[in-house]
Order: sequence, then structure tokens, then C-alpha cells
Amino acid sequence: MKVLKIDLSKYRYEIEDRRDLFEEWIGGTGVAVQLLKEEMDLNADPLSEENVIVFAVGPFTPAYPLASKTVAMFKSPLTGNLGESHAGGRTAVAIANAGYGAIVIKGKSKKPVYIVVHNDKVYFRDARVIWGIADSLIVGRIIAEREKGRGIRTVMRIGGGGCNLVRYACVTTETYRHFGRLGLGAVFGSKNLMALVVIGRGSRKVPDRRKYKDVYEKIMKLALESGAMKKYHLLGTAVNVLPLNEIRSLPTKNLRSTVFEKAEEISGEALAEHNLGRRIACSHCPIACVHIAALRIPYETEPYFYKTIMISYDYELIYALGSMLGIGSREGLLRLIHKVEIYGLDAMSTGVCLAWATEALERGLISEKETLVKLSFGDVDGYMKAIDYIVKQPNEFYKVLAQGVEKASDVYGGKEFALAFGKNEMPGYHVGHATHIGYLIGLRHSHLDNAGYSLDQKLKEIPPPNEIVDKLVKEEEWRQVLSSLVVCFFARGVYKPEIVAEAFDALGYETSEEELKLKGEKIYREKLKLKIKMGFDPDSLRLPKRIFETECFQGKLSEEYIREALRYWKERYVLPLV
Amino acid sequence: MPKRLVIKDIEKCVGCGLCMFACSRRHGEIGNDYSGILPVSLSGFERGATVIFCRACIEPPCAQVCPTNALTPKEGGGVVYREELCIGCKNCINACTIGAIFERRNGKPALCVHCGYCVNYCPHGVLGYEEVEA
Ligand code: SF4
Ligand code: SF4
Ligand code: SF4
Ligand code: SF4
Repeated sequence: MKVLKIDLSKYRYEIEDRRDLFEEWIGGTGVAVQLLKEEMDLNADPLSEENVIVFAVGPFTPAYPLASKTVAMFKSPLTGNLGESHAGGRTAVAIANAGYGAIVIKGKSKKPVYIVVHNDKVYFRDARVIWGIADSLIVGRIIAEREKGRGIRTVMRIGGGGCNLVRYACVTTETYRHFGRLGLGAVFGSKNLMALVVIGRGSRKVPDRRKYKDVYEKIMKLALESGAMKKYHLLGTAVNVLPLNEIRSLPTKNLRSTVFEKAEEISGEALAEHNLGRRIACSHCPIACVHIAALRIPYETEPYFYKTIMISYDYELIYALGSMLGIGSREGLLRLIHKVEIYGLDAMSTGVCLAWATEALERGLISEKETLVKLSFGDVDGYMKAIDYIVKQPNEFYKVLAQGVEKASDVYGGKEFALAFGKNEMPGYHVGHATHIGYLIGLRHSHLDNAGYSLDQKLKEIPPPNEIVDKLVKEEEWRQVLSSLVVCFFARGVYKPEIVAEAFDALGYETSEEELKLKGEKIYREKLKLKIKMGFDPDSLRLPKRIFETECFQGKLSEEYIREALRYWKERYVLPLV
Repeated sequence: MPKRLVIKDIEKCVGCGLCMFACSRRHGEIGNDYSGILPVSLSGFERGATVIFCRACIEPPCAQVCPTNALTPKEGGGVVYREELCIGCKNCINACTIGAIFERRNGKPALCVHCGYCVNYCPHGVLGYEEVEA
């Protein structure tokens, strides 16, 4: 497996054979941790030349379906700690077919550029003309038209959010997939890097055709027939809106409530019935979970003129830009999603920041002098303008808000209702204790680290906190294997340990379920160590009061319980590594 | 009557590329180097996706411009490709109006030979394998 290293400061690149890394650390997350350790000064300022970005794929890409994610690792400008973000689209397959297991980007270009990787060649292209185009869709289209590789490439780019260093700007790929969380877009922006295009045409020999075919068919069958992915087949992740609302777990109006009276209106069912216009798939995925709504909007002044925009929606966006902001109209919700998509912002962070700002305004911590526009729950137009301001940052307030809700509440107060965990804005679940413990101890502070929200729904009774922590860590450890294989987490029901071992076998690598699990533990520890070296301190984790005020599926949550869980986690998992 | 890879309903294509990977697997390869079919977006996925592959011309321009007879017209349409004769001049790639011949890493072409293998891997009923009037 090869690693491509690109230095933007010198406009140079080199290709190294790093089989060693992939043999020991699988790929994806496992390898990215090691490359970051090798390449980066861990004390670097995230927006400086010293920050390093790693993109890594795994040994199953493109051998098997659903190994379709790319792991990005970097230092996060939002949290100042380890940043890790996963995206689908065509990125993983393009990187693998171009011949690489990972791509490392270092340094900083003097002027705006974009990079084109075409198999074993790298080209640096002038991006001065397109720098500052706020609409990432247009950036993508311009680059796509100029460059070769239609069908076998990925165009990973930023929009206004990344150019203006919004610390929760994302990198968008294939229009609708994102390296969403933790601010990779701002890191691109700080390096004067508008886009990374990877064009990949290539293949490698199958060692044992018979075995390989059998395992391939088995995985396909499991994905299509077993129901392991059914949820994503039909309504997509938006299927979660109604059930979560029903069990009082859908964060609403800055989590003042967990039941949204208009949930029906913005549910996966309603979106499918009224707006679903098309579905598309990440490369090598038979499910096609990417749901795209068609929204017809009349021109403001001209009769009988319409524009139709295509907007991809997911549960997290519906939560962050819907219920969290009290938006109960589908049209309003879709317009907000589109706005965030255009600028290339993380939807969850944007929604949580705006929800905090709305409440801070209500309570008089800030005034319209700061917000420049009236913000109130349910008012789409106000939020549309505020998102423009987050990107353009016309005053001090928006400069601060563009740094995240943790920072904004440092400056303006309202910590009790600033919903961030480890400085990362909250995902869309307020189910129970495990949900929040999961955000806090998850190494990305993401709901996908360990799926505490799902554990909460399965528990018959609430066990002691240490049991919850052990369960979450165990889940997170196995997910390190999946994200090192870059298997889509939605396919975790397909890629069970025994299937993973079989799939390895068919590619000529011997391994066992046991060995895989041990690798998961090892990668988890390595990642945690890296986090600690970057300055992570479990004692500094803040618990927003709001989560103890608003009832959820488990009723009122106990602060003592969560604190006890954190104490246990620190003692059992963190301290042995220090 | 010859059998052909045909489109059943192109509007259903989600751009997943499962057909493309199937085509290279046919050669015992993991990846896309040998694939004779290409899934593309319609200048951005906001406009959907489609696949490009050989139409099996009755009078194939690709064969007409091949200097070595590596490509020769096949009875009933399309071409026969003999790798060992190909010098990698890329004439054929330029001659195909719909861009259905793809350049492999070694400079030689990859194109659809209408074997039908990929059809079973398209999960969305876009592709079919059928007898057609020659
Ligand atoms: S490759 Fe192109 S030119 Fe040749 S037969 Fe097929 S469609 Fe016709
Ligand atoms: S590239 Fe090969 S097959 Fe194509 S025209 Fe040239 S010699 Fe013939
Ligand atoms: S019909 Fe055969 S040759 Fe043509 S694209 Fe499908 S698998 Fe490839
Ligand atoms: S497998 Fe079917 S849906 Fe997927 S790209 Fe090919 S034709 Fe389109």
C-alpha cells in the first residue's frame, strides 16, 4: 500500500511504500493515527502551516461493497484537539484506484490552489480566480468541467465557509457527501487549498477468484436481503425523526424540549411523500441511502417562473436545522439545508450555534446589535440571514459565533444552554445517560463513536455507570476496526467480525475474529493517546446544564451518574495511557 | 440474434458503479482498470447519474481507425478486441462518439464486449441483457 505525501509549501510530492503501516493498523482510522503522529507537530496551531491532513482508505476498498468511506484526520480548529471526519461519495474508491492507501497534505500554499492527483501524478492548479466563490456546488462544477476523469474521480472542495475559516466548515465531495465534523474545511482554507481532486483508474489482481467471488456475493446478499440495512433502504436516516420524537428524544428548540409539535411535517415519511426526488449512492454501495429532495421555489417577482433545487437530507440535518431551531415547515427546512450545503458548513454545528444564539437573544445576553437580525425559533428568514453572517462575519459577534458555540458562550455567557461536548456541537439525540456519556468519552465527540443513543434505547434498566462506559468503549473499539476498513457504519450489521475475517481471507490475509478485536482495542488506545498528547484532558469536559433539565426517554438525567461514568472512564481507560 | 447489454431504465441509475466493479472482476481484477462501463454524474449529482458503455455499432468507427486490426467489427454489431495486436495508439478512444472506450493504465483500451456479467450486480434494474435485432 502506497502513501502519497504532498507538500503545499514546496509544491512537491513523494510516494512511499508503507505496507508496514497497513499490515499493522489495517487502514483508515488506524493508519491515519500513525501518519498524523509521524508527520505532525502535535502542538501545532490548527490553522497554521504546521497542521497536517491525512486521508486514508482501507484494504477492502474497492474489493467489497460498502467499504466506501474515507477517513480524514487533522487537528481540529473547532476543538483544538484531534479532528476526525468520515465521508462517502467517490473519494475512497478514487483514492484506492489511483493506487493509494492514504494521502497526506502538509504545508501551506502561498496563493490559492487546488490539487489534482491523477494516478501517480500530482498537479498544482491556480485557484486564485475561484477563491472566495461562496457556493461549493459551483466550485465543484467549475473544477469538474476543467479536469479530466469523469466517473472515476472525486472533487473534494470547500465553499465560503472554508475560505472564511469558519471553524466548523466542512469539505464537500460529490455535491452531497461531507467531511462534516470538526472543521476540515477551515483547515483547507487556512492552507489556501480550495479543492483536492483525485482521479483513479487502476486495479489489482484477485489472489483467489473462487473464494473472493463467494465472499463478495455473500456480502451483497447480506446487504440487500437480510434486512441488516433495510432502515437506510427506504426512508434513509430521516426515518429516525418520528420514533425519536415519540420517545421524547428529539432535541427541540435548543433542547428546551424533546418533543416537537411539528415533527410529522419534517419527518422522513413526509419528506419522502412530498419532496423525495431522487436517490443516489456512494461508489460501490448497493443501498443508495442518499435521499435528495426536489424543492420548487417561485421567483420572488416574476409570475410563472420557478427554480427547482435538489437538496440532500439526512436525520442530522433535520434535527439541527429543523427541530432544534423550531422549524416545522418542510420548505423552510430544505431552504436552510441548502444554504448550509452551499457554504459548506457543518449542519449540526451551525444549527446548534444558531439555537444558542436564539436563546441568548431571548434572555438578553446579546441584542440585535450583535445578531443584526431578529432570531426566533421557527423563523426561517432570520436564520437564512444569520447563516450568511456566520460566513461573512460582518461584526465581532459573528466572528465569535464562527468559532463555535463553546467559544461564543465563553464570550457572551449562556454556558448552561450551549450544547457542545468536548467543544463539538451536539448531535441529534437526547435519549439518556449513555447518549451523553457517549458524546463525552467518544474520541470524536460524535454520536457515531459508540452509539450511546442506541444503547439507551435497548437498556431494560439502568445499570451502574461503569457498565455503561465499558459497553460504550467496547462498541467504540469495534468501530475502530470498521473505520479502519472504512466500512460504512450503516453496514455494521453486514460486516460482523466473522464476515470481516472471511473477507480478509479471500484477499489473501490471514486473520481471526480475535485478532481483529485486539486490533480494535489497540487502535482505540493509540487514538486516545494521540488525543492526550494533543492536550485532551478528561477533567475539562463540560456538562451543559440543559441536558439535566429537559426530560428525555430515560426521564430526567442524573448529573452524578454521568460524572461517575467520566471518573470511571478516566481511571480505567485514560490514566493507564498517560 | 446477438445478445446485448441494454438499458432498461436509465433514470433509475444511482451512480453506484457496481456494474463497473463487476466488469473488472470478470478479469479477476479488483478496481476499475479493465471496466468497459463508466458511471458518471450529469455534471454534478444534483442532476442524477448515468452509465456509458459501447452501443455495438453496426459500422464501428473505432474499428475503422484501428491501425493494427486489434479492433475488428463483430458480426451483428460491436467489435472484437485482440489485446495482443494493440499498440495503444488511442485512435479508437478518440473515434467513439460517445466515449465508450476507456484508457487503461497501460494505455490500451477497455471496452464493453456485451457479456452481460454486470447485469446481475445492478441493484436498481437499470441494465438488462437481451437479444436484439442485429
Ligand atoms: S466502442 Fe464506440 S464506436 Fe466502437 S462499437 Fe462501441 S459505441 Fe461504436
Ligand atoms: S489503441 Fe489499440 S485498439 Fe485502439 S485503435 Fe490503437 S491499436 Fe487499435
Ligand atoms: S456487459 Fe460485460 S463487458 Fe459489458 S460492461 Fe457489463 S460486464 Fe463489462
Ligand atoms: S450498477 Fe446500475 S445503478 Fe449502479 S451505476 Fe451501474 S447502472 Fe447505475
